[in-house]
This record gives sequence, C-alpha cells and structure tokens, in this order.
Amino acid sequence: MTVFAASRPDLSSGAYRVWQRNRDVLLRLWKSEFLAQLIEPVIVILALGIGLGQFVELESGEEYVTFLAPGLLAMFPMFSAVFECAWGSYVRLEMQGTYKAIMATPVSVDDIITGEILWGTTRSMVNGAYILLVAAVLSPWLPMVESPWAILVVPLGALPGVLFSSVSIAFASIARAMSQFSYFFNLVINPMFWFGGAFFPFAELPQWAQVLGWFIPLTHVVEMYRDLLQGTPGWGTIGHFAWLLVATALFYLVALTSMRRRLVD
Amino acid sequence: MPHPIEAAGLVKNYGSFRAVDGVTFEVRDGECFGMLGPNGAGKSTTIKMIACTSPVSAGALRVGGFDVATQAREVKRVLGIVPQEDNLDEDLPVRQNLEVYARYFGIAKREAMPRIEESLALFQLSEKAEAKIDDLSGGMKRRLVIARALVHEPRILVLDEPTTGLDPQARHLVWQKLRLLKSRGVTMLLTTHYMDEAAHLCDRLVIMHRGQILTEGNPHSLIAEHVGEAVLELRMEAHERAPLLAEVHGVPGVDVEEVEGMVYVYGAPEAARRIADQISDPSLAFLRPGNLEDVFLRLTGRGLLD
Repeated sequence: MTVFAASRPDLSSGAYRVWQRNRDVLLRLWKSEFLAQLIEPVIVILALGIGLGQFVELESGEEYVTFLAPGLLAMFPMFSAVFECAWGSYVRLEMQGTYKAIMATPVSVDDIITGEILWGTTRSMVNGAYILLVAAVLSPWLPMVESPWAILVVPLGALPGVLFSSVSIAFASIARAMSQFSYFFNLVINPMFWFGGAFFPFAELPQWAQVLGWFIPLTHVVEMYRDLLQGTPGWGTIGHFAWLLVATALFYLVALTSMRRRLVD
Repeated sequence: MPHPIEAAGLVKNYGSFRAVDGVTFEVRDGECFGMLGPNGAGKSTTIKMIACTSPVSAGALRVGGFDVATQAREVKRVLGIVPQEDNLDEDLPVRQNLEVYARYFGIAKREAMPRIEESLALFQLSEKAEAKIDDLSGGMKRRLVIARALVHEPRILVLDEPTTGLDPQARHLVWQKLRLLKSRGVTMLLTTHYMDEAAHLCDRLVIMHRGQILTEGNPHSLIAEHVGEAVLELRMEAHERAPLLAEVHGVPGVDVEEVEGMVYVYGAPEAARRIADQISDPSLAFLRPGNLEDVFLRLTGRGLLD
C-alpha cells in the first residue's frame, strides 16, 4: 500500500500548530488539570519514602527514598505521556473527530501525530521537572538529589517522553473502543510500572528476571536517572541512553505508520 | 485556466469493492455543482478523494489546478471542507474554534481576527462567540462548520450533505447563507439526497449510482429529459389498471411506471390532464409538475438499496 511506501515522515510547521492547539486547550482547563499533578508526587514521596521506607533495608545500605527517587522521576512523567497520548488521542481521533477536521487543512497526518507526541512529551517533561524540584527541595530531609548531574533529568526526559507518547499513540491507532485501553494499561503500562526497577533493585533478582528487565523501556529510564541523581554517570548511562534512543525512533515510526493506516483509507 | 475541479476516469477501490467506478466531471468557476445519489453511490468517497484524505486508485483528479496525489497541501489551501458530521473542536469555545483553525492554515492572528469577527456576524453566531460547542443547536453547529471551512478564504467550498438532520428553519437559514456565498463568487460542490436542496442551490448536477454517473445537466433540463413537465400520480391497485394502461399505451410523449399501489404517468401536461379527466374518482388522481425527485427515482430505481 502507498501508505507504507511513503514511510518518510511528511512534516511541516503543522506539527507545532497541533501542539499549540493542545496547549490552548490545557490553558483553558489548567486548574483542574494541574492541581492533581502537583499534589500526587508529594503524597507518594512522603508515603513511600517516609512511611514504607522505615521498613525497607537495602543491601546497598542506601535509604529507600534515595533508591526510589529515580523511579518516581521516570514513572510520573510516563503516566503523563500515556494519559495524554492514549486516552486523549483516542478521544480526539474517534469521539470528537478532531484529527479528521485537522486533516482538511494543510496540516498532514504525520504533522498531527508528531504534534500529539510532542505535546505528550511536553507534559511529561514539565511533570518531570516539577518532581525533580520537589525532590531537590525535600533532599535535606529525604536524600533524593545528591548531585548537580540531576539537572540533566529534565532535558533527557524528552527521550522517554517521545517514547511513551509514541507507544500510546500506536495503541490508540489500533483501539476500536475506549474499553480496550484497560488492556493497554493492565498488560503494558502497569507491568512496566511495577517491574521497571522503580520499586526494588534488579541486582537482587534472579538472572532471568534481570534479562527480562532489560527489555522493559522504563528500566533504562530509571537506571539512567539513578546514575544522574547519584552523580555517577558512566558508560552504563550512555548505554541506557542509546537503548532509549533506538526504541524511541522505532516506536515513533510505528506510531506514524499505524496511525496513517487508521486515518487514510 | 483549469476548472476548479477536474476529474477524469476517477476510480476508488476498497479491496475488491469498487466504490467509485470511473467518474468524469468538472466543476466550473463560480457555479454550484451538485452530486446526487442514494447512500453508497460513491459521493462521499469522491469527496474524500477531492479532500486528499483518501488516495485515488486510478484516474486523474485536479483541484485548483493541483494534483491531489502529489500536491495535497496546495489542494487543501484552496479547498474549504464542510464534512457530513460536525467535527468541531469540543474542547474549545466557538470563536477559538475558528482561531485555532485559521492557525492550521498558517494565517497570522492579526489577519485572522477581523475575518473571524466578520464571519461570526455573517453566520449569526456573534452572540455565541464564547459559548461551548456542546451548548449550540444543530443549526448553529452547521453554520459554524461552514464558517470554519471559509476561514482561509478558499476558492472552492465542498459540502457533504450540509443540511442532513436539520429542522426546516435551520435548513433554510443554511441555504440562505450558501446562496449568499454563491453570489459572492464562491465555487461550490455539494452532495445531498434532498432533491429540493439540489433544485434550490445547484446550477448543474450529476446523479450517481453504484459508483457511476448516470446523468448530468441542470435541474430543469434533467426533469425535461427524464420525466417531462408533468407527473400524474394514480392510486390504483393492479387489477384496476388494465383499461387505463390500454388507453395510455402508445400515446406519444407519455411514459408509464407501475409500482405497488400506484401508477405514475410522465409526460406533457395536456396528455396527463386528458388521462386524469377520465378517472372516475378524482381524489385518486394527483397531477403535479415533474421534479428532481422523479428524475432521481426513475434513474436509481424505487427499491431499497441497502
């Protein structure tokens, strides 16, 4: 089919116009959208860091909240991207006909998908920056940010932002009903959340679980951030970065191809 | 100068199903061109190809002089699309719908704002400028979709069943606005299955059926050619028909169509009048001018098509 033959993205400033559209909508609804996002990470840091942390003793000797911080910085932004690009995109695709309306303008299908992914990435990065700020402010009492390298978490957040947005758009492009998103959440996102190395160290698991963990995208985000927060970047960090770069490029193309198929008949 | 829309041997296949089967037509500058046909005739598919959202399987299609296959962005700049469903942006209020849409076309805000205010006034939506889309009536939504399609001042306006689902007041208001646009020189292509709508608005039209164009012309010539000036409708069961049919048979310029419970006699008014006079119970006979609906039904058949 011609749709697959033309796999080179057909991009223009239209992608930015789609991003602007989403920004304008958020600016109208910011009160209800922002408040929950502001409060949730604080609650989780306190509950897991102080509450659960009292009972957890790690082999490495570090405090549990220190171990947990990179996981939180990876997880919450992932959820931001997923909510925006899975549910949000499906509503715009199927229920509101927003994509069809935009397709009648010089904005191409690839522009639409890319704009949506950039928007999911933006929300993800803003969320990451906010949690980093909270973690830094609380660090005198709860040691989470231990090195200035941590600031790199903000720009590097673009990579998982694009990755998780693309994965979500790819799923939205094959979904036939809103109810199918529970599969996506329970079979893809939730396992990643629990098994992505955010809550317990992989080093203490059996070999097979560690191998499995290598294939989970979130694992690489968590490990990359851990190196930065603890001020120990090295070749391993670059390895995680490279893994994420390849996965991101791959899923971006999957999202484009699959959504083109859905929108162009 | 090329016509605003030129289609030659246009084909669209979905797998083994041929939705559009070699249609050729042109839409001329400043006219309102109608596409009539029952559901599944291929009207909407043709529009999707014109709007560059469905690739052409075979044939040539040029819009505003641009090739839809290779110059989609250029085509979309000269085209305003009014889709069948109101796909307004429900997350944004009325005026912002137009602002955001203008931005998709790369129109600067300074340039767009006065145009949007003018458009809201023209479509009687100024008072609703800050309203939510959910709070608009069906007719208002339609008008806003049309206003949106005009925000970049397109050369050609394409309307896919623009008044389906509207109440009579809302429909007439939409027609009034479309006539106004036409008088301002906007070229229009419109699909509909309301024959009165086509007769009202269209300078020229085609009737499509099963992916093909059955006939083309202006509403008056199509009625004259396929129906005649007058139609006599007779409520008559099959066993009562024999004497009448014998009488009518062979009368020049008169055509008879038999349907369950009804006989239609098409032809010149005098001939139809003579036949009507012979019917004993005048309440069973109804003589009226021929219309587009007769043309449509004669060409596409009276059976259900789904």
